[in-house]
Amino acid sequence: MTQQARDLSRRRLMFGGAALGAGALLTACTSNEASAPEGQTKVADASAAAPGKPVTIGFSAPAADHGWMAAITNNAKAQAGLYSDVTFKTVEAGADAPAQLAALRALIGQKPDVIVLLPHDGKELNAFGLEAMKAGIPVVNLDRAFPDALAYRLQIKGDNYGMGVSAGKYIGEQMKAKGVTNPIIAEIPGIDSLELTQERSAGFKAELATFGFTVASRIPAEFTADSGQKAASQLLQAQPKIDAVWNHDDDQGIGVLAAITQAGRKEFFMVGGAGSKAAIDAIAADSGVLKATVTYSPSMASSAITLARLIGQGKGMSDLVELQVPKEITLTSETITKENASTYSKLGF
Amino acid sequence: MSDATATAVAETPQHGGATPPAKGGKWRGDLGEAMTRNLGLLGVLALLIIIGAVTQPDLYGDSTWVRNNVLSILQLASVVGVVTVGMTFVIIGGGIDLSAGAIVALAGVWATTVATQSYGAAGMIFTAIIVGTIVGLVNGVLISYGKLVPFIATLAMLVAARGLAAQISGKQTQVSGNATINGIAGNKLLGIPILVYIFAGVVIVGWVLLNRTTFGRRTVAVGGNPEAARLAGINVKWHTLMLYGLSGLCCGIAAIMLTAQANSAQAAMGNLYELDAIAAAIIGGTLLSGGRGTIVGSLLGVIIFATITNLFAINNLPVEVQNMVKGGIIVVAVLIQQFRFQSITQFFARNKVTTT
Repeated sequence: MTQQARDLSRRRLMFGGAALGAGALLTACTSNEASAPEGQTKVADASAAAPGKPVTIGFSAPAADHGWMAAITNNAKAQAGLYSDVTFKTVEAGADAPAQLAALRALIGQKPDVIVLLPHDGKELNAFGLEAMKAGIPVVNLDRAFPDALAYRLQIKGDNYGMGVSAGKYIGEQMKAKGVTNPIIAEIPGIDSLELTQERSAGFKAELATFGFTVASRIPAEFTADSGQKAASQLLQAQPKIDAVWNHDDDQGIGVLAAITQAGRKEFFMVGGAGSKAAIDAIAADSGVLKATVTYSPSMASSAITLARLIGQGKGMSDLVELQVPKEITLTSETITKENASTYSKLGF
Repeated sequence: MSDATATAVAETPQHGGATPPAKGGKWRGDLGEAMTRNLGLLGVLALLIIIGAVTQPDLYGDSTWVRNNVLSILQLASVVGVVTVGMTFVIIGGGIDLSAGAIVALAGVWATTVATQSYGAAGMIFTAIIVGTIVGLVNGVLISYGKLVPFIATLAMLVAARGLAAQISGKQTQVSGNATINGIAGNKLLGIPILVYIFAGVVIVGWVLLNRTTFGRRTVAVGGNPEAARLAGINVKWHTLMLYGLSGLCCGIAAIMLTAQANSAQAAMGNLYELDAIAAAIIGGTLLSGGRGTIVGSLLGVIIFATITNLFAINNLPVEVQNMVKGGIIVVAVLIQQFRFQSITQFFARNKVTTT
């Protein structure tokens, strides 16, 4: 009995010691290199950049668990930091639209000069846009449009449909150049229930149709690398021979590329989406199946802050004739290939 | 395999704390029941493969493709499968672990930080396994000593662990640059991916642990009737703690496997794996109220789900339909389970009458 008790206590001591040691070791293991956004921010040299009337910008974007969304928040913060006359106030957007709405109501109370907002859902937060505009606070809608034109002063967004068109165009042209008449084209979209995914796929389909091509196989992932790997592994299994793949998102593309390597396939080429740093580097190095990516750049957050500042100061864009900032700006989706990758590498996130 | 199935089935009822002794012949009562269920699952699996062969005769005509497809299904099942083994233990022990997917994400993210990666593959594996186990043990402490309901405690952990994972990763996707780790998914040994060996190893260890050790017997006893188990001299609290630790350990192993597959880790990975694992365990015949279940059943459950995913992919059918089919299969499995358990409710009803 005592023997057993002693054994037990010794064992416990051992386990305790091991646990403590492991704990100490592990806490040392959480450090990461801080990735500073470079090239994603910009201050014009013109007189517009000179310090003017101080502007308080309120900012809200969903909590990111994804590289693109993280880049949005980081870019906005970094861009605001470049202006000496801008005070940047950020509110957590919470987990969903109602939570973001509550946070934004609190923000109105703080009387910012301009609100820059990436809503969880443009339709659900439309009412807030109206409310803020009515209270005399201009709202800059970032990427997810409000249906009501009165709900925003400026809307700046990426072009989802155009992204699909760009990807379809690149693939169509490549197929033509190679002389493939009946190519097997596959598509790995992100979360399929999102409107943006459907727009991207619609653009892709429409553009491919102009070449007389169709999408042979389409398996959605969830914008994460592990879901991309899963979708791609099944897609490769379903199609023993593929000519081209469009993967909607470069973050999820890490997993897609992993699945392609694991399957040992290289008879096709892949087009990415969004334009992450890793993807642009891979395209420049021309090391694998990834030959191009179509942009949907989070640099729009930096531009939104710049424009919000101009709105707050009542100035226009210096290169345009108009005295005020335009109401709607849609970024064009550019195609990054090996040839122009070096010019885009600073925009990678 | 069929031999293992039979043994697994034969062992459970004899030591199951709450299950009634089998009456009548071999095919009556518990013993035959679990076996027929597993045979039924095998039948479903065979049916799925036949549907695949009928709908895609071209692909199934190529034997190399068929072999690769089987391996592809096993690889697809492997990560959720490892989580399911841990989940099966927790559920048999009368609990539930909703934080499994979140633990996978946290362990994966922790193992792929720049600092951890500098220690090499061994450091990454060590980190993932220790992080998983510790988080599981925290769950266990909250549940057995803090007297929190497992549902609430692990739900809280789900939120917290994903939060911590997002904090550590800075909400970015962390790419694993370690060739050894990435090779776990990419490399093959004797033509079979290493991932499948790990999966098989975890299943075998889980089976032995459940069916051939006192730990397994106690798990069934604790889940079947905790009070009776306590009176029989089992340290129920300590045992429950260990079960959640075991689930965490499985999640840690799964984290390394998933990191290897995706060559990266991020806070959103392993999304809803807990539900996949619970569903697989349920259709495998594990009773959600505890005290009953088999590793082989859970294994079949996971493989059936993976085969469905594969079947829909090779037929290029939309995911929406696939999810509806999966939901339907869960409902049918539980309905069948209820029918089979009518005999047991009757047994308890009778028992009550005699004791009062």
